[in-house]
Amino acid sequence: MAAGAFAEAGADLELVGIHKRFPGFTAIEDLDLRIPAGSFFALLGPSGCGKTTTLRLVAGLEQPTSGRILIGGKDVTEVKSFKRPVNTVFQSYALFPHMTVLENVAFGLRRRGISDAVGKAHEALRLVELDHLSARRPQQLSGGQQQRVALARAIVNRPALLLLDEPLGALDLKLRRQMQLELKSIQTDVGLTFLHVTHDQEEAMTMADTVAVMNKGQIEQMGAPEELYELPRTAFVANFLGQSNLFTGPVTSSKGESIVVDIAGVKIEVPKERAQRHTGEVTIGVRPEKLMLHTSAPKAAPGTNVLGPGRVTDVSFSGVSTQYQIAVPGLGLITVFAQNMVFGPVVNLGAEAWVSWTVDHGFGLADEPEHAPKFASDTDTATIALQTRHELLAEIEEA
Amino acid sequence: MAFAAFGSSAAPVEQAPRRRSWVALVLLLPGLAYLALFFLTPFVSLILTSLQTPVEFGDVGQFQQAFKIENYAIVVEQYWPHFLRAFGYALAATFFALVISYPLAYFIGVKARRWPLIQALMLTLVIAPFFISFLLRTLAWKALMSDETPLVQALKALSIIPNDGHLTGTAFSVIFGLTYNFIPFMTLPLYTTLERLDTRYLEAGSDLYAGPATTFWKVTVPLSMPGIVSGTLLTFIPASGDYINASASFLGSAQTQMVGNVIETNFLGLLNYPAAAALSVILMAVILLVVGIYVRRSGTEDLL
Repeated sequence: MAAGAFAEAGADLELVGIHKRFPGFTAIEDLDLRIPAGSFFALLGPSGCGKTTTLRLVAGLEQPTSGRILIGGKDVTEVKSFKRPVNTVFQSYALFPHMTVLENVAFGLRRRGISDAVGKAHEALRLVELDHLSARRPQQLSGGQQQRVALARAIVNRPALLLLDEPLGALDLKLRRQMQLELKSIQTDVGLTFLHVTHDQEEAMTMADTVAVMNKGQIEQMGAPEELYELPRTAFVANFLGQSNLFTGPVTSSKGESIVVDIAGVKIEVPKERAQRHTGEVTIGVRPEKLMLHTSAPKAAPGTNVLGPGRVTDVSFSGVSTQYQIAVPGLGLITVFAQNMVFGPVVNLGAEAWVSWTVDHGFGLADEPEHAPKFASDTDTATIALQTRHELLAEIEEA
Repeated sequence: MAFAAFGSSAAPVEQAPRRRSWVALVLLLPGLAYLALFFLTPFVSLILTSLQTPVEFGDVGQFQQAFKIENYAIVVEQYWPHFLRAFGYALAATFFALVISYPLAYFIGVKARRWPLIQALMLTLVIAPFFISFLLRTLAWKALMSDETPLVQALKALSIIPNDGHLTGTAFSVIFGLTYNFIPFMTLPLYTTLERLDTRYLEAGSDLYAGPATTFWKVTVPLSMPGIVSGTLLTFIPASGDYINASASFLGSAQTQMVGNVIETNFLGLLNYPAAAALSVILMAVILLVVGIYVRRSGTEDLL
């Protein structure tokens, strides 16, 4: 980027065959990624999946072991970080403690010799509603305010590519929402390319045009948020992005438009176009909110899958919806989210229940079933919370 | 019973703060007594001595209490070059010690973080000279810089110093000695601040278009200011009062005498105690003034 000028527009980012090895472990394994100019791209994954390393590689703070990085078509693999048209909002904020908020924000502008650095810094601070604190030192601000200063310090430079490393982590829900909207509007207004690294699936889905789910140094699946949610390709994506009920069984027939899978003796249909594998042992799934809960056996109808009967083992009310856990013999737990259309739980604890769903809502995963968990993985927070609750209840009963 | 227990437990709670402040006072007492006895008393005695006048027809070294403020004017008039030399040499030594110590401290405190063993080894090497007497080390340098050594011979052969020139007894050797002797005092405080330097600030600087040099001046140096200030003070203050390096029996000569040397001569040689005392008071006052301005200017009062 020419000194003294802002980026005209966002730039493409391309990662080609990136490997990054640290002594003792591999952080990134053969990563190929193309982020088109002007898009809001989210890298989503659990901690330690390599997403922050990817960001640091793009920023130039780490060198890839092999592979190339291109920004706007130009190979920047060998370019030092201070010469890249990239700015980062660091997870630790990294605000200079010896400078005022204003000096922090004007720092990048001054280094590039941009005219009216102070005026532009004030403007950026107004955007994050902190202009009245511009004379303070960063350590005199709250965590959320510091984060907004960090954001202002990066966007004031209008970089072709803005990197966000969990930038909204320390904000409370309301401010977080507000900042999400602001970030999104800045991105649309200026047309910058945003690369957002986060472990918050909701944040990734609401803000990004494209989400890439990363696991163990590789991208598991990439696409628009709706696409990822509606049609996860792997068990990891199915469980990391929202919750899923997963079942494994052999395909018994694959004629017509759908495959039929034998799940503990019950025939379940999945549309062929929504199933990655059509033969052998497959894992299929359905989202909890797509399930209908019945207190009596529903009539078998074409285009509907039915499982049951099972026992309701948990009912937890969460405002908009109620989450039910239903233990079906031979299948394990099935999670159902039911909208709260009436007061109180529709189905009581211990009641007999059936679930059904429209065939079109099912999906089939690409995983080899032996690698995929047979049933819903028990590592997501909701399940952990549920288990803790069960333990707690058991303890109370004992006492 | 329960009420009695409650009552008796409530009373000490109220007394606790008072008792604690009493304990603090007791703990503080030895320190205060020490300061009063060994700092305040000698200081008053020093000021009184500086105002004394010789006993009429008395022996050399016999003085009586007076209010002879001219003592100050006399010593300033007589010894102002020594003051200038002292502060000049001390300033130069502080500068060279800083220039030499900063990269060293940076390496130990920042670059060697990944290898604690190397860090520990290098720190030991910085402190190691303290295990040998300061006098012996300075004498060793005198021997190394004396006229017959290969070093001086080589310098003469290369016409870097004239044939009848010397290395010892010059301003160079005195500043060299001061620098050498005070490097650990500079390195250690620098190391302690640089060791805590968060390198993420440096990454942020680099991310905001500052090259390595700009990041160093705009981020690293300001963040290590507490270490720079304490290191320079720990070097400058003792160096400006030093009388070993500049003395003729070590690295100096009659032409390199610093204020410490004339205090020594006046006190031990000429037995002119008021002059020695006046010189000490002036030295102390000037150092206080210089340090005060320095700390204020560097804006690190809150960091110290």
